[in-house]
Amino acid sequence: MFGLLIAFKSYKISPGHGFLYSLFKSDWVGFRNFSFFVKSNAFSMLLRNTVLYNLVFIILGMLIPVTLAIMISQIYNRFSKKAYQTMMVLPHFLSWVVASYFVYAFLRPDKGLANIVLQALGRESIQWYSSPQYWPFILVITQVWKTVGYSMVVYLAGITSIDRSLYEAAVIDGASKRQQARYITLPSIKPLVIMMFILNVGKIFYSDFGLFYQVTQRIPNSLYNTVSTFDTYIFAALQSNTPIGQTAAAALFQAVACCITILLVNYIVSKLDKDSAII
Amino acid sequence: MNEMMMPKPKKKKVVHFNQVKPVTNHIFNLLFLIISLLCLLPIVFVFMISISSEASLAVNGYRLIPETFSLLAYKFLWNERSMLFNALKVSVFVTFVGTMLGVFLTTTMGYVLSRPGYRLKTFFSYVVFIPMIFNGGMAANYVIVANVLGLRNNILALILPLAVNSFNVIICKTFFKTTIPDALIESAKIDGASQLRIFAQIVLPISKPVVATIGLFLAFNYWNDWFQSSLYISDRNLISLQALLNNILMNIQYLANNPSAGLSLVQYKNQMPSESVRMAIAIVIAVPIACVYPFLQKYFISGLTVGAIKG
Repeated sequence: MFGLLIAFKSYKISPGHGFLYSLFKSDWVGFRNFSFFVKSNAFSMLLRNTVLYNLVFIILGMLIPVTLAIMISQIYNRFSKKAYQTMMVLPHFLSWVVASYFVYAFLRPDKGLANIVLQALGRESIQWYSSPQYWPFILVITQVWKTVGYSMVVYLAGITSIDRSLYEAAVIDGASKRQQARYITLPSIKPLVIMMFILNVGKIFYSDFGLFYQVTQRIPNSLYNTVSTFDTYIFAALQSNTPIGQTAAAALFQAVACCITILLVNYIVSKLDKDSAII
Repeated sequence: MNEMMMPKPKKKKVVHFNQVKPVTNHIFNLLFLIISLLCLLPIVFVFMISISSEASLAVNGYRLIPETFSLLAYKFLWNERSMLFNALKVSVFVTFVGTMLGVFLTTTMGYVLSRPGYRLKTFFSYVVFIPMIFNGGMAANYVIVANVLGLRNNILALILPLAVNSFNVIICKTFFKTTIPDALIESAKIDGASQLRIFAQIVLPISKPVVATIGLFLAFNYWNDWFQSSLYISDRNLISLQALLNNILMNIQYLANNPSAGLSLVQYKNQMPSESVRMAIAIVIAVPIACVYPFLQKYFISGLTVGAIKG
């Protein structure tokens, strides 16, 4: 947190002194580092990418796992239930580096499985890593692949803790399976869903760095405009000679924007439904 | 209802109370089978590539079932084991020490925050809670770790940034608060036990599930971390397995910078099964997790349930 100071400074190294000395010696520049970042060309592109990708992830990350959780809770056989869960959560525990190899094995232009299949079907092969139009889909699929099992297990844990007698009462009243899901299961896991939703919306200006950086093979130039997000931008800036003050300003912008969003969403949720808000 | 409960001929399954129809069950089973296989497919695929011979990769590209098998990639890795083992040592060390440290710090913090009598409780609760919704972000962390603490190329840079996480502290706090009765701690106090002793001998033993869960989360985080390494580490001796894999991704020659066995660099590169080696390393990293995870799943799920309680 203390490192935030640097965002308001024009950091210069004072020779012969340590970092802290230099930091306090540097001039205050107020919000100049911020306005520089907001006015830069990259800003609107970064904002659009980060927010849009996150919106898709949040929506899919709610619909698919909840549906799957309800479905898997209905399967008879306990052993196979466990087996499915185990297999589906596995991707969550692999790092993005490993996952990027998996994607690479499919998409590699000359030898990847995707192009081999395309050729077998008599189509032209595609230079995946330089065709930006496919990447939104690839990233979304990869993200869903990696996270769906985990979220499903979270919701399933919620579903299994629902009181059985509710269902028994519903059956006696003649409720169908679908009605049970609609009027018992969904309302019961609603607080959990809303909590996950708020937490995810709170990260809307952050992106999963590994996903955007590793899976795209470190963001080739041709994909730059499609897959860059705030985090990849900041990471690139840290590795280059960009003044550290400007980089920190970009990062602080992210943090402030997220903080405002989470408070706002929480406020709206608390207006709509008091018990579901998390703060 | 009556006919549902009736015993049926032996081979058919009994339909129990309030279950979906057998047809639906089969459809669901099929669906989940497909999804599960999709989750596993990439891993199997990469494994297949890693045991394909270089020649068949060159001719056919990546195939699910290679024409000719070869274990050359693994043999090659075995020959390069000094580097691999070094990376493995770093990974294991970081995972072990980091998890120990993280569990220690998280549980002590969570315990203190769960005690009603603690004077600085409100203050520290905010210290823990605020980073969850507002944190300095990547750049500020970088400045702190690299410049203020001066941890560049220091193994601590891999351990400290990941050790404590607000979310884990809150899981711990909620767990202690809800499962440990005050009376238990009071009675220990009356018997003359010190705070540390209460924590170590009473609280921790009955909190095994949450300790296991947090340890599990931390261990996976440490094992999978390549990001801290890519920010702070350039020393080849401190490269972890994930970082090694990350470096090879772009530059397979990274492995070959110090060829063994008295070959020239060019010769060495030529005889290296570069295609399959990359995939073999990915497999080497993924397999320990795939093997360990199923046994720890119980703790993992119980942790999620604890975490889902509003803190």
